[in-house]
Amino acid sequence: MVELQWYLYLSAAVFTIGVFGFLTRRNIIFMFISIELMLNGVNISLVSFSHYLQDPRGQILAFFVITVAAAEAAIGLAIIISVFRNKETVYVDEMTETKG
Amino acid sequence: MTGFLETMFSPGSADMILTIGTIVVKIAILIGIVLLHVAYAPYFERKVIGHMQVRMGPMRVGPHGLLQPIADGLKLFFKEDIIPAQADKSIFYISPVICLFTAMSTLAVIPIFGGFVIANINIGILFVLAMSSLGAYGIVMSGWSSNSKYAFLGGLRSSAQVISYEIAMGLSLVGVIIMSGSLNLTDIVAAQEAYPLKSFIIPQIIGFFVFCVAAMAETNRTPFDLPEAESELVAGYFTEYSGMRFALFFLAEYIGMLLMCAIAAICFLGGWNGPFEVPYIPFFWLLVKVYAFMFIYYWVRATVPRYRYDQLMSLGWKLMIPLALFNVVLTGTIKMLR
Amino acid sequence: MLPELFFYYNATVITVLSALVVTRSNPVHSIMLMLVMFFHIAALYLFLNAEFLAAIQIIVYAGAILVLFLFVVLLLNLKKELVTQIFIVRWPLGLVAMAGLLVLMFAGIKSFTLGPTGDFTIEKIAGETHTAAIGTVLFTEYIVPFEVASLVLLIAIIGAIVLAKKQIKT
Repeated sequence: MVELQWYLYLSAAVFTIGVFGFLTRRNIIFMFISIELMLNGVNISLVSFSHYLQDPRGQILAFFVITVAAAEAAIGLAIIISVFRNKETVYVDEMTETKG
Repeated sequence: MTGFLETMFSPGSADMILTIGTIVVKIAILIGIVLLHVAYAPYFERKVIGHMQVRMGPMRVGPHGLLQPIADGLKLFFKEDIIPAQADKSIFYISPVICLFTAMSTLAVIPIFGGFVIANINIGILFVLAMSSLGAYGIVMSGWSSNSKYAFLGGLRSSAQVISYEIAMGLSLVGVIIMSGSLNLTDIVAAQEAYPLKSFIIPQIIGFFVFCVAAMAETNRTPFDLPEAESELVAGYFTEYSGMRFALFFLAEYIGMLLMCAIAAICFLGGWNGPFEVPYIPFFWLLVKVYAFMFIYYWVRATVPRYRYDQLMSLGWKLMIPLALFNVVLTGTIKMLR
Repeated sequence: MLPELFFYYNATVITVLSALVVTRSNPVHSIMLMLVMFFHIAALYLFLNAEFLAAIQIIVYAGAILVLFLFVVLLLNLKKELVTQIFIVRWPLGLVAMAGLLVLMFAGIKSFTLGPTGDFTIEKIAGETHTAAIGTVLFTEYIVPFEVASLVLLIAIIGAIVLAKKQIKT
C-alpha cells in the first residue's frame, strides 16, 4: 500500500513546478498551461485525500475544479486571442497598457 | 476497472498469469479480425460504389479482384517513406500512431457477444467518448507538423469538425444511458432485451438519427469529408505522408468506421440480440448489423454531395445539438413519469 | 510490490513531464507532453478508485481544454517567435520562490496525520459502481454547487464568444 504522504509529495511537486512556470515564463500561453498544471496538482491531492479518508467530498471538489478549469480556459484563451489581435504579441512583459 | 487492477496487482495471485493470458488471447483474436476487416472494407466499398455507378469496381487482381487488398498492402509496404524537410520530425512520426492508438484502444471495450470483451469496464461509453476526442490530436498534429498549407488547413478543418460533432454524438448517447441506467456496454445490450425489437431503435429514434450523422462527421466520411476534400486540399491532413505512415492513417480511418458501426449496433440496435438465435455463432447478429450500417455509409458516399464548410458547422451546432438536447429532455421526462 | 512500482513509475513520469512542460520553447511540444502527463494522472485516479474522474480527466482536460490550447496556438501561428528568450530576466527568483514553497509544503506534509475515515469505502463503490456513487452524492448533497457550476459554464460560454468576436455590431 502506498502511503498518502507520497501522493501529497507528488501533488506538491506538480503544484510548485506550475508556480515556477507561472512566475517565470514570458509567453502568456505557457502561463495558462502552468495554471492548468497547478490545478492538476491540487486535483491529485484532492482525489487521494478522498480515497484515503473514504469520503466522496474530495472527488466532488475535484469535479468542480475541473469545471472551473474548463471555464477559465475558455475565457482565458478568448482574452489571449483578443489581445493578440490588438497587440500582435503573446509576451506579458510587452502588455503594459494598463500601467498607470 | 477497480476489480481488474486489484486482480492484476494483488501479490502472489496464481490467477494473475491466467487473467493476463486470457486478455492477450482475446486481444490477438480481436486484432486479427479487425485487420482482416480493414483489408477487405475498402474492397467492399469500391465494389459497392462501383455497382451503384454501373461499373464493376476492382476486377484485375484475382477472381473478381479478390486479391486487390493484398496488392494494395504490398504496394504501401514497399513505397518510399518521405519526410518533408521542414517538418517537425518527432510530432510527424507520432501523429499517425496517435490516430491508430485511439482507434485500436477503443476496441478493448466493445463487446462482441455476451462475455467476450477485453475490458468489461463500468465506464465503457465514457471511454469510447474519451478516445474519440483524442483522435483530433493525431489529425491536427499531422497537419501542423507536415508544414504544408494543404495539410494545415485540412488539420484545422478536421479538428474543428470532430470537436463540434463530438458534442452531438455524446448527447445522442445520453438518451441511451438514461434508458439503460448504465455506462457499461454489455449492460446496455442487456437492458435492450425488454424493449420492442430487442433494441432502443423505436424509443431512441431521434438519438439514432443524430448519432448516424455525427458518426459520419466524426470519421470524416462523405458528405462531411471536408478535411480531405480532394478538389480543394489534395488529401487534407495526410497529404505529406507516404508509404507505411499513410497506411497507418488509412487503418485508423477504417477502424474508426468499424467502431462507429459497432457502437451504433450495440447502443441503438440491440447488439448481438436478434429475432432468433443462430447456433454456434453468437456474434452473428452484431456482424449483420455492423455491415448493414457500413453499407449505409457507402451508400451515402455514393449518393450525397459534399457540404460546404459553413453549412457543416451550422448543421452541427444549430440542428444536431439542439435535437440531441431535446432528445435528452424527452427521454428524461418519459423515464421520470413511468 | 506492484502497486508501489506502479505509483513510483507514474509519479516519476508526472514530475519529469511537468518539468519539461514549463521549460519547452515550442508550445505545441509542451501541449503534447502535457497530454501524456494527463494520461498518467488519469491512471493514478484509476488506482485511487476514481474511475469516473479518470474518464472526466481525459474527456475534459485532454479532449477539450488542451485541444482548445492547441487550437489557439495554431491560430496565432507562433512559429516565428520561437527563437526569443523564453524566461523573464529574473528567473532565478522564480526558482527560489518555487524551492521555498516546496520546502514549506514538504515540511507540512511530513507532520500530517490522517483524520477519521468516512463511509465511502471500496466495497460501497464496487457495489453500486463509482459513477452511481459519485452521482448520488453530487445530485443530493451538492445540488446547489452543481447548479452554480452550470451557471459558471454558461457565463464562460457567453464571455468567450463576446471576447473572441471580431467586432460587436452596435
